[in-house]
Amino acid sequence: MKKIHHAEASSYFIEAKDNEAFHDQRLWDLRQKRDREAAVIPEFQELRNLASQIKEHTLTHLAEYLEQFEAKAQANGVTVHWALDAAEHNRIVYDLLTDHSVRTLVKSKSMLTEECELRPFLERRGIEVIETDLGERIQQLDNEPPSHIVVPAVHKLRGDVAKVFARTLDTDPDNDDPNYLSEQMRVKTRHFFVDAEAGMTGGNFAVAETGGVVVCTNEGNADLSANVPPLFIASVGIEKLVPRLDDLAVFIRLLSRSALGSPITQYTSHFRAPRKSGEMHIILVDNGRSERLGMEEFWYSLKCIRCGACMNTCPVYRRSGGLSYGAVYSGPIGIILNPTHDMRKYSSLPFASTLNGSCTHVCPVKINIHEQIYGWRRVLAKHNQLPFVKKAAMKVAGKILSDPQKYRKTIDVADAAIEHLPRFLLYSRMNAWGRQREVPAPPDQTFHAWYLKNREGKQ
Amino acid sequence: MKAALFVPCFIDAFFPEVGIATLELLERLGVAVDYPLRQTCCGQPMANSGDQADAAAVEALFVENFKGYEYIVTPSGSCTHHVRDNFDAIPQTQEVQEVRSNTYELVEFLHDTLKVEDFPWAEFPHKVGIHNSCSSLRGLRHASMSELAEPEFSKPKALLSKVKGISFAELSRPDECCGFGGTFAVFEEPVSAKMGYDKVNDFKEAGAEYVVSADSSCMMHQQGCSERLGLGLKFIHIAQILNGANS
Repeated sequence: MKKIHHAEASSYFIEAKDNEAFHDQRLWDLRQKRDREAAVIPEFQELRNLASQIKEHTLTHLAEYLEQFEAKAQANGVTVHWALDAAEHNRIVYDLLTDHSVRTLVKSKSMLTEECELRPFLERRGIEVIETDLGERIQQLDNEPPSHIVVPAVHKLRGDVAKVFARTLDTDPDNDDPNYLSEQMRVKTRHFFVDAEAGMTGGNFAVAETGGVVVCTNEGNADLSANVPPLFIASVGIEKLVPRLDDLAVFIRLLSRSALGSPITQYTSHFRAPRKSGEMHIILVDNGRSERLGMEEFWYSLKCIRCGACMNTCPVYRRSGGLSYGAVYSGPIGIILNPTHDMRKYSSLPFASTLNGSCTHVCPVKINIHEQIYGWRRVLAKHNQLPFVKKAAMKVAGKILSDPQKYRKTIDVADAAIEHLPRFLLYSRMNAWGRQREVPAPPDQTFHAWYLKNREGKQ
Repeated sequence: MKAALFVPCFIDAFFPEVGIATLELLERLGVAVDYPLRQTCCGQPMANSGDQADAAAVEALFVENFKGYEYIVTPSGSCTHHVRDNFDAIPQTQEVQEVRSNTYELVEFLHDTLKVEDFPWAEFPHKVGIHNSCSSLRGLRHASMSELAEPEFSKPKALLSKVKGISFAELSRPDECCGFGGTFAVFEEPVSAKMGYDKVNDFKEAGAEYVVSADSSCMMHQQGCSERLGLGLKFIHIAQILNGANS
């Protein structure tokens, strides 16, 4: 797999000035709305603690809860499937669809199906897949992956959407009025719900006690996808379990507040049993999750409820866009999830962070995201996955900084300071610093030299 | 009271005036200050790159220089954060643990340990914008974080408020990272510079004459951005203002 180069990809995003400025401001607005929602709930921090504890409890008793969930779901008349990886998941979906002679599948947004690359898999086999979430549909029509796990097309301006729709849905390219564009989407998507032979959703939560899958949306498209066609399939990652309905309440209070700064999503839909004369299937997907559960330092990332709060607050994500991460999951959570799938391919991602820690403090389930980013850097170094330049620079810096004589020799002479300092203090070519920034003027003398002259021996 | 002064490598090399101000300020406050001459760096650059192997000897030297001191004071939030929270490339002996827990950043040392009531020699008739580095803000808890919706507090502001004539500029995004991030500044240059530009523009629009911080490294980056943009902002370390610098 080709390595991702986040820094290079980010430069293209920043070059599109209007998009970058809008993107930064739009996501910052979400962060501020989140702050306001958090501030009006006195027990917000307590909720975060609870949510974290419930998830840690569930994950450390996962086998029991999964079995409880399966038994309940089966008792409700649902068929439960287990998929070890993406390939098995896609095969299960495909077999179900062919068994029911499905030609068109409507689906709501699901990061898990993105992770499994389900859509291209089905399309290659002649099944038409229609994304029904507005943002996700925009991305599908533009042949791009989602750039954000909650607002998939947030990197696009409305003019960009008008162009995509004009090209693919034959709309007016000069009309970028959001109402017009949404209405066009509605008009041109509705008939798929009626015609499709199958519908699919992901799942925000799966409740062991009830055997039900819970989907939170703002557009109601998941309800149409699940309820109109005769066959309904829900794909759920095994980490989405919560033990009881009472536990779910904690997460429902946190999810939309953290994600969009709204008290709750427009729809919180509980799917528990097939409709009369319909079929309901739930696919429980592992795809690397069990392996991560066994990683002492990194299993906490399984607590993630995919709210995107860490992305909204991340100053790097806001200025580089989700697509620059070259992965299904972008932003801080992506930085710690992706290397568990492919360390080499995503080796640059843990360095796409200033370790500022804002992500950790907005996370509704208290994942120590920035500490895990730091932890991944150590793992990468241990596995020789640091870029050559960085590793070489660190070796030199380590040698100089652990030897007082060498260190003094390197920095005490002013001329030498100009020559050597930026290189060994900044660890890279000067032009990376100086391209958009001035280089500090070296002083006449170091602190050390001043001290020797003014203090040493005078006291 | 006796304390050892740690002057981080980039302050030693680029901002000697910050080291001098810290030394003089501590002495004014009655602290007997030692400056161990064989000091270099805390190991943070290597460790933040994940490179524990090359951090180890630097951390060992740091302990060698500063062991036995009850107080090790440094005018750098990010170095303090490293020593206190991440300094584990070497075996965690009793000696190492003591050095780690005895290391203080200057602002917290003045605010929490010395509990300084006033700085009668300090006067700074300028409008300043405070930059809390992320290490200081979220690592050392210098100030309340907007993420937590907690009661507001700010140790650097509490100290600066005791300086005659000073006034404060309020930023639109006070807790936003400036994009320095150590090696991030060069390995992720496009985003780093954009974050820096946004940060210094925020200071400018807030009417700040000076940017003041407990971290010179962030300011080195911001100053580079401000100068490139021609904003005319001035940058000063909090130690200098508290020690009586007046411009």
